[in-house]
Amino acid sequence: MNVKKLAPIGYGLLLLGLIAAPFVGAYPVFVMKLLCFALFATAFNLLLGYTGLLSFGHAAFLGGAAYVTGHAVKVWGATPELGLLAGTLSGALLGLVMGWFTIRRQGIYATMITLALAQMLFFAALQMPFTGGEDGLQGVPRGKLFGMLDLSSDLTMYYVCLAVVVIAFLLIVRTIHSPFGQVLRGIKENEPRAISLGYDTNRFKLLAFVISAAIAGLAGSLKTLVLGFATLSDVHWSASGHVVLMTLVGGMGSLAGPLVGAAVVVALENKIGELGNLLAKLTTIDWFNTLGESVTIVTGLIFMICVLAFRRGIMGEIVAWLERRGAGGGNGH
Amino acid sequence: MEIFGVSMPAMLSQLLLGLVNGSFYAILSLGLAVIFGLLNVINFAHGALFMLGALITWMAMSYLGVNYWVMLIAAPLLVGVVGVVIERLFLRWIYKLDHLYGLLLTLGLTMVIEGVFRSIYGVSGLGYDTPELLEGATNLGFMILPNYRAWVVVASIVVCIATWYVIEKTKLGAYLRAGTENPRLVEAFGVNVPVMITLTYAFGAALAAFAGVLAAPVYQVTPLMGQNLIIVVFAVVVIGGMGSIMGSILTGLGLGVVEGFTKVFYPEASSTVVFVIMAIVLLIRPAGLFGKEK
Repeated sequence: MNVKKLAPIGYGLLLLGLIAAPFVGAYPVFVMKLLCFALFATAFNLLLGYTGLLSFGHAAFLGGAAYVTGHAVKVWGATPELGLLAGTLSGALLGLVMGWFTIRRQGIYATMITLALAQMLFFAALQMPFTGGEDGLQGVPRGKLFGMLDLSSDLTMYYVCLAVVVIAFLLIVRTIHSPFGQVLRGIKENEPRAISLGYDTNRFKLLAFVISAAIAGLAGSLKTLVLGFATLSDVHWSASGHVVLMTLVGGMGSLAGPLVGAAVVVALENKIGELGNLLAKLTTIDWFNTLGESVTIVTGLIFMICVLAFRRGIMGEIVAWLERRGAGGGNGH
Repeated sequence: MEIFGVSMPAMLSQLLLGLVNGSFYAILSLGLAVIFGLLNVINFAHGALFMLGALITWMAMSYLGVNYWVMLIAAPLLVGVVGVVIERLFLRWIYKLDHLYGLLLTLGLTMVIEGVFRSIYGVSGLGYDTPELLEGATNLGFMILPNYRAWVVVASIVVCIATWYVIEKTKLGAYLRAGTENPRLVEAFGVNVPVMITLTYAFGAALAAFAGVLAAPVYQVTPLMGQNLIIVVFAVVVIGGMGSIMGSILTGLGLGVVEGFTKVFYPEASSTVVFVIMAIVLLIRPAGLFGKEK
């Protein structure tokens, strides 16, 4: 079987699974959180995997948009769809500003610029009155979609959330497969050549930055609606590190990679305490009981392992395995 | 005497505090630049190594009663050994890869190091007393100069200048610079480049630890003390460009001073002013003040 034929089947099964999830015992809020991070990671990967730009400032879009949506919905009484729109637009605007500075430098310098600018936004968020400082923005109501559909039920919210994420995901797929996406890949492979072919690569990079930031903002807005709060931890640089990790674990070369990576990382963080308790029981080493408090250590270790031994990520390995098998069986592509 | 409604002694003392911060920026960005030059790795762990220097100093004092002056030499040596281990075990596998992997690997390392010490010491600050010799302050007439802060600035500048001298004016430094330009050619001349790389990383780590020891009595010692610092240092590196040693030193000190002034006139912006300057420099001179775009 060839990878290209398998992919639609995989996505179809995934979507069916997600539609059925609330009825087979999955906790809707947890799955929604997962969906938000999956969307966030996919948006991030548009830059890393398809344009070759490592942004270490995506927390700014996630957290910035989360605050804007929270403020719009809670203080101005905006409806959820307007809140999402406001968040997405603010993400795009932040992306425009950050991208404009970032594309002035190449490679690792660009990464450091994104990190520094995001840190600036973090300090701003810490001091501005409307973010609630250390406490964050609490008690954001979900409200009624288009003034009609009450989102306070988790189940209703779940399907709205799923629909938004699927639409945004399809938008990213469309972007990647468009001529614009092809140019982005060209820039990633060889920027000087793309320039010599007459492409204004800076404009392409900037637009990719804006799209990625807008969708990351959408993910942050959605997260605020789902959970009912926006906090400093979303604008902190560790949130940027988090999304890099998801993409790295899942595999940055493919569309499905960040989805898988987000699921693995979020699930791991939620279950790590239980995992530690289990290990403690099995090995009778008490230290494992504290694993739940040591998420940072485990996350750091995963980072190191991924970089040293596992750079293709989960999806990358699977695809490589399928291709090897395909080639071995003589089917080719 | 007052300037813009701020008393002169208050301003000078903020300025000195700015110079103290600037000294740390200078030492750390210098180490980052040296490491990047030879290893092509942006060492995110630099903040963690800085923290290790401070924390080891604190641990030596509280558990073993070892004083500050011993640790001023011992902590950099110990952290230098940690640097050797890090380079030999992890970094050497990734030199041929894209720069981003070096950043991510050292980020993971940072999380592990900081996480381990956080699980032991928590996040609240551990106090470290100023060494007796440097306690108190000297009255210069126009301001009261705290002895310890003056020492930090002087010691940092001496170390920075010494590093600059070794790299720019000695044979060892010439090998290092040649290795930065073309490692394979240097190897062909019989220089053991892998060992040189290891020692360079260890030296950068030791520099960070030295700054950490200096910082122990000024800042609160906590496992996370390097975290925000390293991001500011990244901005310093973007502003200065990593091409020039002297450039790193001057940029670091200068930005510390600017930060100090900001604290006097507009305290709300003091945590963001370095980033704002970075943005302005990117607009005017995208390659950085002392940088040459490759």
